[in-house]
Amino acid sequence: MVEWTDQERKIIAGIFANLDYNDIGPKALRRCLIVYPWTQRHFSSYGSINTPEAIQSNQKIADHGIKVLHGLDRAVKNMDNIKAAYTELSILHSEKLHVDPDNFKCLSDCLTIVIAAKLKDAFTADMQATFQKFLAVVVSALGTQYH
Amino acid sequence: MTSLTAKDKDTVRSFWAKVSGKAEDIGMDALARMLIVYPQTKTYFAHWKDLSPGSAPVKKHGITVMNGVGFAVEKIDDLKAGLLSLSELHAFTLRVDPANFKIISHNILVVLAIMFPNEFTPQVHVSMDKFLAALALALAEKYR
Repeated sequence: MVEWTDQERKIIAGIFANLDYNDIGPKALRRCLIVYPWTQRHFSSYGSINTPEAIQSNQKIADHGIKVLHGLDRAVKNMDNIKAAYTELSILHSEKLHVDPDNFKCLSDCLTIVIAAKLKDAFTADMQATFQKFLAVVVSALGTQYH
Repeated sequence: MTSLTAKDKDTVRSFWAKVSGKAEDIGMDALARMLIVYPQTKTYFAHWKDLSPGSAPVKKHGITVMNGVGFAVEKIDDLKAGLLSLSELHAFTLRVDPANFKIISHNILVVLAIMFPNEFTPQVHVSMDKFLAALALALAEKYR
């Protein structure tokens, strides 16, 4: 089981309490699709996404970014059993969406960078460590139902 | 992975021109973050008295690393040849596991996002990510 210190819990709660999902969600997904273009494979039905400009202006992508970011909420609410909390979503990503779990890391890295850009110096090394640990735990949980 | 296109090189050169004035701060912060967020990297610095952010050895080494990055920007048209002696240094003397190049690269990108949130667009991000990966590959060239 994953151990969280009081400080780590506070940091995660703080980040998500002050998170502008409508801003960060779209930014993170767009960045992922641009920086790791192979991730676009899951969005062929979303309309025009073949240039960075098309990605930036695509409303379906923006909406999906918000949805995906809210997907982290269940981890924030279930810090002591993130693995169980993601069983359902893991099955979805494996059996229905067929997402390579390596892609989760791509999105995690982009989310870290988007949050760093938003919080600037307030995103201390300790916050970065905690946030990356949190994302790694979620990514791992999302991979459990891949067989 | 993929080689740098002409557009990538232009993007890296013009972004570097904007940020190189802060190279020392970037290097210091990236290194400090690396040592905290990835504690296994501290194993390479057991000989330092002080590994805390802002300490003299971290500051100095951050500058060294970023000078290397700046040097690589100049050699962007042939990183393998340009970074030959740095590769030999890392391979035979320092013997840094190449997996760590990815780690320091990630932290450099995080610091760039913090210090230059408007300039570090997704398009700049992808070119810089490719560049740092190509740099890492060139640095690992002489390992075996």
